[in-house]
Amino acid sequence: MKKLLIKNARVLSPEDGIDEILDIVIRDRKIEKIGKRLTGDETMDMAGLVVCPGFIDMHVHLREPGYEEKETVYTGTKAGLRGGFIALACMANTKPVADNRATLEFILNQNQKAGFLKLYPIGAVTKGQKGEELAEIADIYAAGAVAISDDGKGINSCAIMRRALEYNKMFHGPLIVHAEEQTLAKDGMMNEGLVASLLGFHGIPREAEDVIVARDLELIASTDSSVHFAHVSTLRSTALIREAKKKGLPVSAEVTPHHLLLTDTAVKSFDTNTKVNPPLRTLNDIEALCEGLRDGTIDAIASDHAPHTFEDKDCEYSFAPFGISGVETSVPLMLTYIVKKGVLTLGDFVRKVSVNPAKILHLPLGTIREGTEANLTVLDLEASGEVDPEIFLSKGRNTPFKGWKYTGRAVYAIVDGRVNKIG
Amino acid sequence: MMEKGLHDIENLTREDLELVLQTSDTFLEICTRKVKKIPTLRGKTICLFFIEPSTRTRISFEIAAKRMSADVINFTASTSSLQKGESLTDTVKTIMAMGVDLFVLRHSAPGSSRKVEQVAGVPVINGGDGPHAHPTQAMLDLYTIYRHKKKFQDLKVAIIGDIFHSRVARSNIFSLTKMGVDVTLCGPPTLIPKEIEKLGVRVTYSVEDACRNADVIMCLRMQLERQQSGLFPSMREYIQLFRIDDRRFALAKDDAIIMHPGPMNRGIEITPEIAYHPRSVIEEQVTNGVAVRMALFYLLLGRGNEEITD
Ligand SMILES: [Zn+2]
Repeated sequence: MKKLLIKNARVLSPEDGIDEILDIVIRDRKIEKIGKRLTGDETMDMAGLVVCPGFIDMHVHLREPGYEEKETVYTGTKAGLRGGFIALACMANTKPVADNRATLEFILNQNQKAGFLKLYPIGAVTKGQKGEELAEIADIYAAGAVAISDDGKGINSCAIMRRALEYNKMFHGPLIVHAEEQTLAKDGMMNEGLVASLLGFHGIPREAEDVIVARDLELIASTDSSVHFAHVSTLRSTALIREAKKKGLPVSAEVTPHHLLLTDTAVKSFDTNTKVNPPLRTLNDIEALCEGLRDGTIDAIASDHAPHTFEDKDCEYSFAPFGISGVETSVPLMLTYIVKKGVLTLGDFVRKVSVNPAKILHLPLGTIREGTEANLTVLDLEASGEVDPEIFLSKGRNTPFKGWKYTGRAVYAIVDGRVNKIG
Repeated sequence: MMEKGLHDIENLTREDLELVLQTSDTFLEICTRKVKKIPTLRGKTICLFFIEPSTRTRISFEIAAKRMSADVINFTASTSSLQKGESLTDTVKTIMAMGVDLFVLRHSAPGSSRKVEQVAGVPVINGGDGPHAHPTQAMLDLYTIYRHKKKFQDLKVAIIGDIFHSRVARSNIFSLTKMGVDVTLCGPPTLIPKEIEKLGVRVTYSVEDACRNADVIMCLRMQLERQQSGLFPSMREYIQLFRIDDRRFALAKDDAIIMHPGPMNRGIEITPEIAYHPRSVIEEQVTNGVAVRMALFYLLLGRGNEEITD
């Protein structure tokens, strides 16, 4: 077996307390040695680059089976690799819904064939994600799911939610909550507030998210079951999660790049690429989300990659589907507008995209240690460019970030010892 | 102004609105002539693209275009047919291939006039896009107020009814506040858009309060199907709380005028006596609508074409 030597890189692994210029030797998929002045058969000089534990996007939609014209496991994982990720967790709102063993096994099988990176499917909570009856959750985990979620839709029934939380305690994954009270969000196209009032859109009020977060926090307190809140978007729900964490409840949360970087005023353009669920909020919310990231209330950054075809989005705002194709823009945008702007240190950013997602989903990732499989993301903090949807590898080119400049992106994604150069 | 098209009032300046008012005077005069026809838009084709039915607005635009000698094509479709497969983009491209110089669009979806303009590459006049905007209605309302009051400064205008679903209200809020008018909105709280006071208008839930000392009372059409959605408990209760009748109209200034964008639900938002009151200008609004739309066609399409009064 050949030894691959990575030389002179800044190795940054917050979980292992490492942040220094080191060499890494990779052999037989694994990290054999970390140290100074190491030798190998093949050498990659990575002076000036940062080697981090592999990045994980814990919230993507790959659309297969059922919506292959929007994305497939092949195109979605290839895009994920380009985005700098070595692992993705994909949501269950496929057609059929991933509420059964066959669909989950199919997804894993497609990924094995694609072979770009690690894919961790998330199964549905309820049959058909209808919010009425529990799916066969044990079978879902047995098939390889790492969590359960009805993401895309809120679970409105308190009774079903409570039962799901109770039942899920038998398993190792969290229940990932899409916090949206459906009667309040109904017909909503964007954040409720002045901009929606001007444009004549029905609003999705913050309370649609806040009341569900409050409810679910009450429910986990009584069931002692863990939840992860997907795409937190409001000031109030951030505050509720902070309070719950102080009380020691088993809660985690994520935020998306678009909720950190855009406000509802972007909707004034009537660009259907600004239509997302939960909707883009306001500066107050963004400040609260940033504070939540800083103080650890929000554990993870995930793209909520939601690819759609050009035709899907080429219509009146009211008729367009929700979602942004985000897996390829997440890392460069966050490095530029969150790390370089000083909201997070680089080390804390690595926690949000690697260490914490691994912990939340119980994945053997998020570290750089001798003897573990070599899953690494390598960053070039000086590489600059601008977002160009025309060159996305995802089938979805639906991004409101077209033309945004960035400085910093991933240049290698090393998956189980296999080095992928990112162009 | 309006180099491209007319989508909303929000993006216009006070000077833009003043220009429309001035230009409308010329065209109102033409509308009183025996032969109501000028050649200004000869050789131009205007497409009245109505995805949502509205006979009144369509006819007003059609008359305005024909009085200016434009060729008019009517394209009507239902929103549902567009939603199912046939895209707005493809439909507009098809029409453009036949040669159109300007679109007038009526559509149920906010922002759709901008979308059409992007695809068509010719000016679009928004003839109402869902609850978002109805700029020509706001301009004809402004013009009607101007003809009666001769000023805007220190005028008090009360807009009463279902503000939430009303593109007329939204556009009027912008046009009136830009001209320095003091605007009060009144309706049940469930029909008042969130944070709308941030536009510099006053909100009250008391119709008496809204009418008191008003120079203009503007009633909005109550869309009867909204009653189903539970935004207010019953039409009976709505009438008791918000209908403009003699007693409420009497609270306004002695020379106050009453306006309504039509079509009226007589007896619901307004009593018949008030609808036909000597100080009701509802019919005048319709007449002025044609003149204002002619003015807009001229400003968007006819300037430099020919002398307008030949
Ligand atoms: Zn999602």
